[in-house]
Amino acid sequence: MSYLAYNHQTVPTGPSKLLYLNWPVVLLLTAIASVGFLMLYSVAGGSMSPWAEPQMKRFGLGLAVMFIVAMMPIWFLRNMAGLAYAVSVLLLVMVEFFGVTGMGAQRWIDLGFMRLQPSELTKITLVAFLAAYYDWLDVKKVSRPIWVIIPVLIILVPTYLTLRQPDLGTALLLLFGGAGVMFFAGVSWLYFGAVIAAGVGLVASVFQSRGTEWQLLKDYQYRRIDTFLDPSTDPLGAGYHITQSKIALGSGGWTGRGYMQGTQSRLNFLPEKHTDFIFTTLAEEFGFLGGLSLLALYMLVIVFCVASALTNKDRFASLLTLGIALTFFLFFAVNMSMVMGLAPVVGVPLPLVSYGGSAMLVLMLGFGLMQSAHVHRPR
Amino acid sequence: MRRSPKDSEESLGVVSRRGLIVGVGMATFATLLAGRMRQLQVKEADQFRLLAEENRINIRLLPPARGQIFDRNGLLIAGNEQNYRVTIVRDEVDDPEATLMKLSRLIPLTREDIDEILEEMSKRSRLVPITVADRLSWEDVSQVAVNAPALPGITPEFGLSRFYPRSDDYAHIVGYVGPVSDYDLSKLENPNPLLQIPRFQLGKTGVETKLEDALRGKAGTKRIEVNASGRVMRELGRDEATKGETVRLTVDTRLQNFVQARLAGESAAAVVMDVTNGDLMSIGSAPAFDPNKFVRGISVADYRELTENKYRPLANKAVQGTYPPGSTFKMVVALAALEGGFISPTETVYCPGHMTVSGRRFHCWKRGGHGHMDLRNSLKQSCDVYYYELAQRVGVDRISEMARKLGLGERHPIPMSAVAGGLMPTRAWKAANRGEDWLIGDSLNASIGQGFVLASPLQLAVMTARLATGRSVTPRLIRAVNDVETPSQGGEPLGIATSSMNLIRDAMFSVSNEQRGTAFGTRIADKTQRMAGKTGTSQVRNITAAERRAGVFRNEDLPWERRDHALYVGYAPHDKPKYAISVVVEHGGGGSRAAAPIARDIILAAQNDGMPPLSAYPEAQRARIQSALEELPISDPDDGPKVVSEA
Repeated sequence: MSYLAYNHQTVPTGPSKLLYLNWPVVLLLTAIASVGFLMLYSVAGGSMSPWAEPQMKRFGLGLAVMFIVAMMPIWFLRNMAGLAYAVSVLLLVMVEFFGVTGMGAQRWIDLGFMRLQPSELTKITLVAFLAAYYDWLDVKKVSRPIWVIIPVLIILVPTYLTLRQPDLGTALLLLFGGAGVMFFAGVSWLYFGAVIAAGVGLVASVFQSRGTEWQLLKDYQYRRIDTFLDPSTDPLGAGYHITQSKIALGSGGWTGRGYMQGTQSRLNFLPEKHTDFIFTTLAEEFGFLGGLSLLALYMLVIVFCVASALTNKDRFASLLTLGIALTFFLFFAVNMSMVMGLAPVVGVPLPLVSYGGSAMLVLMLGFGLMQSAHVHRPR
Repeated sequence: MRRSPKDSEESLGVVSRRGLIVGVGMATFATLLAGRMRQLQVKEADQFRLLAEENRINIRLLPPARGQIFDRNGLLIAGNEQNYRVTIVRDEVDDPEATLMKLSRLIPLTREDIDEILEEMSKRSRLVPITVADRLSWEDVSQVAVNAPALPGITPEFGLSRFYPRSDDYAHIVGYVGPVSDYDLSKLENPNPLLQIPRFQLGKTGVETKLEDALRGKAGTKRIEVNASGRVMRELGRDEATKGETVRLTVDTRLQNFVQARLAGESAAAVVMDVTNGDLMSIGSAPAFDPNKFVRGISVADYRELTENKYRPLANKAVQGTYPPGSTFKMVVALAALEGGFISPTETVYCPGHMTVSGRRFHCWKRGGHGHMDLRNSLKQSCDVYYYELAQRVGVDRISEMARKLGLGERHPIPMSAVAGGLMPTRAWKAANRGEDWLIGDSLNASIGQGFVLASPLQLAVMTARLATGRSVTPRLIRAVNDVETPSQGGEPLGIATSSMNLIRDAMFSVSNEQRGTAFGTRIADKTQRMAGKTGTSQVRNITAAERRAGVFRNEDLPWERRDHALYVGYAPHDKPKYAISVVVEHGGGGSRAAAPIARDIILAAQNDGMPPLSAYPEAQRARIQSALEELPISDPDDGPKVVSEA
């Protein structure tokens, strides 16, 4: 649907747009972020610094970004999608040359006032660009090979660049997020079936290649897979993270050990307790009920997003909202699977709760797009 | 617009359908996550809670204070002193070598020490504290404490360490403690976890090792919370250690000090025993050593000096050393003969200076012979021929039986290291151990305490006590453990006829108090403190016929190792026996000349609170005795710590 197709009379204008925001989503996001502040305060041993306070400021900034983007007409944003994607890919290329090494991987570009993680930004711009692509593409052509190869390339270019950093977690998120949009857009089941079959073959060859000169993953990635398959074999070495994480989760029980009473996190047995493993601290201190509550908050966000997408008659808005919802879902689903020992430790933060600037700002930008789609939907 | 409304409708339909499919997929996955959460947090919660507790709670042992050892009057013999030390934990320090170099500017620490510590560190767990320096002054430890921020992983600590205020005096009785060695651990099947504490002190010799279980005490525990890097966060609870039991010996520190001083310069041993209850008042062995050196870690040079000294300072001659008792054995033979009716007290034996048996000539110590000897004179003048005669009449087995009755040939159960059993030979013993028949010559040798007969100074003291009392007095070294008195060891009547005993006692009195008695020169003038005794001189070699012809058998002409041992046994007061004594001077020469004077001084000291009074000596000897006593290296027992009990 193009700008001309909108009935101007039905689209809110000016400050009245605020009334048409998807307020439940805003409230849910704030609630989730607040859980994050609470936990960051706890893991710092009952202190606003060094994590809780900067995180609050970032969330404030994130809310502002979300509102500003939400005010922008969705058709304008759609037209900018291609440019945003191009900029993201350019930044990813720049990381190759000017990136700052952190945590053993090149992921950052130092902009002076903040460190930007282009791979995070790409998660949203890729989804937006694919949504725009399928909005532009004739519905009848979506399953033709030539029109399938184009979006596949659109996905693979940033995925490849991210993998090179190396950042397996983000690369997987990009791949699944992009594939999700293709699926929503109606690309034939056959392609997905073929890719899944190829994927199985790839996994097999990844394991086959291990130890040979042409091995497909880094050694540390293989080790992570090993410890995922059996973390108990090396409880003090490679399996330490996941073993301690499971102990923290399990010792929480039904109602947890009490706020700021989690021994696993307070005594530093938990690794990365303020970033990737923050969920374990929550589960240790608030128990099964606490963990389940956070999962429920996340799922409510998904429900509201999907509902918004399904009721939106604009193809771009619909695809974009679904894509963002799926990306958000992938974030917390992968993170939780990871800390609960269901998936290898690939380095995916818990969205809006883990300490970290880029991921939060980018997610809020994504929800800004979702809100814009919601506000400017054809009525 | 390239798109028809129909297409648009259809495409929206596809998006909605697929959106729903994915939505359901996401909900399913979320349910799976919730299920996993439930499994970990509800079903397996107990197991994980336990693991979390194991993570954070460490149990550390609290070493107990070792039990103190006191003398019979409550003077401290072995106590504990504050010991400041510095430890390092490998896990908390990045560069141990650099840190130790820094530390070496604060406390005495050599390059070699540092290398040793680094080596020990590489062998032990990263979390175990390793002692860097021991026995530091308070100033040194304060220096380390003040500079703690610059010395990661270094902790000043204080503990207790064994201290022997009497230094050499109790070296052989109490022994010493030392750090647990791998050898100590290998001997134990289930070592007490306390022993795993680095440098935990364990009894190595003497009472310290024999009463180890009582002295050690019980370890306490403290439960501490640690973080992931092993740093202690807080204490969760503690059970205090139970300090070791307090041991009180029967030994009198003043007398012990006198004995050690009097024996100094000789290779000698002396035992003083209370005949009424078996209390060992003093167990002297010279030379001695300072046990504190062993506690602190003796230097190689000092240790070599001890092991290479020909006087063998490390050997406890009083209980470990066995010697041919020589003429001190004659009471045993005489008693065996009297009790068996082989001789009457008035019967005389003629001593021409030698006796020929089975073609072999056995000499009396007096070349010219003693003439006619009755029992009393034979002891008084120590005639050998008289006993050669008795030996043939009585036979070795009866002599040996009497010896055992008197406490010889028996390992007395006192808590000291390597208590010797001595040897009282019988026909059966020789057959079993030598595979030879007992010869009459063996009996003759045994009758004068030579040949196979061996006894320790402790056994000789027991023998004397039994002769003095007629009861089976048994030595007692531990007077009380934790104020619980150990039973007195006065013993039961031996079942030897009082008339026989009195004959022997009277003869022993004559030895030390009558003209021609072998110990008359060392008599006691004070009539209330007079001694009954017997001298002994035992050969450590055979005098060859060639030597005898050449006349070279004067002790002074021989090298030290080949001179005779000098012995003396006795008790006092002779009419109301209180103390028995035995003295052995290795290679000291004649018993009357080398051993009896020592015995007199000691038994007078025992009767006079640790210092012999000049008035007890014969007038003519007082001037000489006075100067000799003044030169003795005696220390005032009140100089030491006067701790009677520990709070």
